[in-house]
Amino acid sequence: MVYVLAVSSGGGHWQQLRLLSKAFDGAKVTYACSADVGDETVLQLPDCNLKTPFRLVRTLIGACQILWRVRPDVIVSTGAAPGVLVLILGKCVGCRTVWIDSVANVQRMSLSGRVARRFSDLWMTQWKPVALKTGATYAGAVL
Amino acid sequence: METGGAENRRNLCGRGPMIFVTVGTQLPFPRLVDFMARWASVKTERVVFQTGQAHGLVGFEAHGDLPIRRFEQTVDDARIIVSHAGIGTVLAAQFAGKPIIIVPRRAALAEHRNNHQCATAQALEGRAGLRVAWEVEDLPPLLASACEVPQHGTNPRCDSLVDRVRSFVSA
Repeated sequence: MVYVLAVSSGGGHWQQLRLLSKAFDGAKVTYACSADVGDETVLQLPDCNLKTPFRLVRTLIGACQILWRVRPDVIVSTGAAPGVLVLILGKCVGCRTVWIDSVANVQRMSLSGRVARRFSDLWMTQWKPVALKTGATYAGAVL
Repeated sequence: METGGAENRRNLCGRGPMIFVTVGTQLPFPRLVDFMARWASVKTERVVFQTGQAHGLVGFEAHGDLPIRRFEQTVDDARIIVSHAGIGTVLAAQFAGKPIIIVPRRAALAEHRNNHQCATAQALEGRAGLRVAWEVEDLPPLLASACEVPQHGTNPRCDSLVDRVRSFVSA
């Protein structure tokens, strides 16, 4: 059994993550989100962005706790900053990692996506032109 | 507040057609909210607002941040959604089969950190059930004209993305 940790921020990031849920059929998946999504089975992570260092540290601590609890084999994130923190930490402890940049990023990779690159085994964009520019994998889009 | 606000208030409990104006939960978007409040104040159609951060809309059915279930319910109840160009709302409208008009936030007006919403709007313009109001002044004619509903059912682009992620996960 493969243990998957699927993690994202709220709003559009979260909706995109849920649209990928079929990709986890047959695996044991745990979801984590940095917003309250009204579902107690979803683990909560403190929110942050890459420009708020103090909150970033809080998120980092939350990410450690979640990784300790879930012990995932694979981490999948649709962004943004909290997702990339979990993904980096996970990569450091041997997880396989997937980054899917938000479909909102039409022309370029998001900042979080660019940070995630070195730590992603599968680094994806949802737009072909961005794939051509950056070398990311394109396999489709949620929209 | 304009007297029309009272008129709008009378429709609060109505079940008729309704417009849902949402700017997401992260950042305020007064250009859109103020324009739609002025528009609604002289109309009888019910308009519900999700303004994100407190905006002090008096006389309207306005919420700061709707819990996700109530957000989905409000999308279901609306005849059309008016929104910032946020992917969350676009996906919610598509899922519910509701037409949507998006107004991209502009960095130059301090409405977002960058102009990615303009790029998103440009990329999505022309899709079924989606209109772009590049200026808020474009909204009234778009609201008055008929808009088809978005395509429903499976999206082959999404299926291929899911397949790629699934094959990685199970490898």
